[in-house]
Amino acid sequence: MNGSPYPVIAALDALTGALFLLTALGVVATRQVLASLQLFIVQSLLLTLSAVLLGIALESIHLFAVAVITIGTKTLMIPWLLRHTVSSEVYRTREIQRVLNIPTSLLLSAVLIVLAYVITNPLIGAVEVPFAAINLPLGVAAIFLGAFTIVVRREAVPQLLGLLAVENGVFFAGVAIVPSLPVIAELAAAVDVPVITLVMGLLTRQIHRRLGTTSVGELAALREH
Amino acid sequence: MELTVILLLPAITSALSLSAIGRRYAAPITLVSAVVVLVLATVVAWHAAYAGRIDALDQWLTCDALGALVLVLVAVVSFTAALFSWGYIVGHRGHHSEAEIQRYYGLYNLFVLSMLAVPLLANVALMWIAVELTTLLSAFLVGYEDTPEALEAAWKYVVLTTLGAVLALLGFLILYWGSRVAGYEPFTWQGLVEAAPKMPPALLWPAFLLILVGFGTKVGLVPMHTWLPDAHSQAPASICALLSGVETTTVLYVILRLFPVIGVAQGLDARPWFIGFGLVSVGIATLLLIYVRDFKRMFAFSTVEHMGIILFAAGLGGVDAHLGAAYQMTGHAIAKSFCFFAAGMTAMTIGTQDIASVRGLIRSSPLAALTMAAGALAIAGAPPFAVFVSELAILKAGVASGQYAAIALLSAFIVIGFCAVLFHVNRMVFGVPPAGTAIAIATPATCKATLALAAIPLLLIGIYVPGPLHDLLKAAALAMGS
Repeated sequence: MNGSPYPVIAALDALTGALFLLTALGVVATRQVLASLQLFIVQSLLLTLSAVLLGIALESIHLFAVAVITIGTKTLMIPWLLRHTVSSEVYRTREIQRVLNIPTSLLLSAVLIVLAYVITNPLIGAVEVPFAAINLPLGVAAIFLGAFTIVVRREAVPQLLGLLAVENGVFFAGVAIVPSLPVIAELAAAVDVPVITLVMGLLTRQIHRRLGTTSVGELAALREH
Repeated sequence: MELTVILLLPAITSALSLSAIGRRYAAPITLVSAVVVLVLATVVAWHAAYAGRIDALDQWLTCDALGALVLVLVAVVSFTAALFSWGYIVGHRGHHSEAEIQRYYGLYNLFVLSMLAVPLLANVALMWIAVELTTLLSAFLVGYEDTPEALEAAWKYVVLTTLGAVLALLGFLILYWGSRVAGYEPFTWQGLVEAAPKMPPALLWPAFLLILVGFGTKVGLVPMHTWLPDAHSQAPASICALLSGVETTTVLYVILRLFPVIGVAQGLDARPWFIGFGLVSVGIATLLLIYVRDFKRMFAFSTVEHMGIILFAAGLGGVDAHLGAAYQMTGHAIAKSFCFFAAGMTAMTIGTQDIASVRGLIRSSPLAALTMAAGALAIAGAPPFAVFVSELAILKAGVASGQYAAIALLSAFIVIGFCAVLFHVNRMVFGVPPAGTAIAIATPATCKATLALAAIPLLLIGIYVPGPLHDLLKAAALAMGS
């Protein structure tokens, strides 16, 4: 950050962002369902931290609202909802059969991270916004890794967490590019995430009850013959 | 006032359906609520066509002609689907318990509410939430049959369309960023059109692409369409009518709203993208139509085709092409919902969705045969149905604008799609029924009534467009920009 008006906070935010990206990589690479959930909670805490740091620097009350909502929905409500909808048997599951093995997945992840920097570069150049240079590429990288998680993981809960990681990525970028997002939009997003979790958790339970598996990646009855 | 009631009524009906009253009366109260919403939506559309935009609730709700068109289409199909549900879900209840039927109606009304909210919410961020809720509220309706296939379809539906919606969310955040940079505060469609000329193109362009691809997933644009034939073939027929007939159109409406925004921006052109995505969707959908084996899947692929045609028409630009697009949206909503009612009735009487197992429907179940044939002709675009007229209008507008190559391709695809649909339906309707084809169950009276009622606009609007509807379509076409 050359010429940044907030050198200390920018450095802390960059550190937070690096850890944020590491957790996204972790969700791609872990086999255990429970570990994926724990990594997601850490990722949400890092999103909260970034929102607080930017809130202090930009003196924006909205970002503190984002922080409070993130803590409430993603670190408390989501684990609670998942524990009450999905049976504990599912959390002990280890994915043996992955679509891609872990080294290949991580290699492709690295490519995706580089791609995120390349495609966000023109946006950062176009408009001078403090912190966008840190948060936007890292947020987009987390979006890519979340989407990639959905592709490579076959278990239902990790796919859901991949989706929520994409959402985290959007907000990680969002806190920097639109620090004054109207509170109404934040509240709406706060409703959205628990509803996604509830619907997908209940659907996972139904699939588990009906089919005796939660390995949704292996369901392939529907296709063109 | 009307706008507020339109949104309140389904919410109240949903609560009533889930309460003790709903145990016996969920179907009739849903139907009554749908009729009232339809009447109010017609009033709103009338006003929007002749007097311009309507605002309500301190401008939190708004409705112009384009929004009113979508509103009316959702209201029409949610009414016919509510009537069809009465016989299909309650009458022919299968292994479903009373509580499951109540839950069906609770979600049905909320799903309809989310679709009605999309064209009415003035704040674009709130509208995004409404689109996202259309998926989440309909997930259990897609999985209602509780078969392994239905659950697989529901899972894919939620994962892929939510992923698309979250990408679109990033697009909307960047749009908001752009309008702040341009110095505009209100995050409404009108505000965006005003802000667009001053927005940096480096922001507007990625926002457009993210929303096109993200919401395009939910519209079923190729190559993001993979979930669509699954969800649209596994859901109960009444829900398929809503998913295919209007849910796709409702999300496409959001993409069409971007057209005037990009149109006034410096140095950006949405047209090639609309035409490109449209053509690819139509082309792939017609190829898949040839090989399809399940008749509900066939109608689902036909939806992908129609969404492509509408997007293509929007991309041509100009009032004539946009009028064609608005007319095609109307024709598609009416014909596609009719097709799924007919398909639901056929599946109910024959007990399969497999095209190859259905032969000589005209002898075993004349009503199902007749409605299948009429629906297929209407959706494939045979004269004198509305889709024929709108497709002709779109092709004419394309020739007038000099897009010869694109129009030649589109015409070829439409002809292939036409032949494919009619080939399959012809084999089902005529021929000798295989031995042992028995009529499983008598068709419930409300299902017959639905088909009779839905046939009226199906047969009529291709021949005669009432003045007010024409004026609404014209105003909607103008709202799509040029």
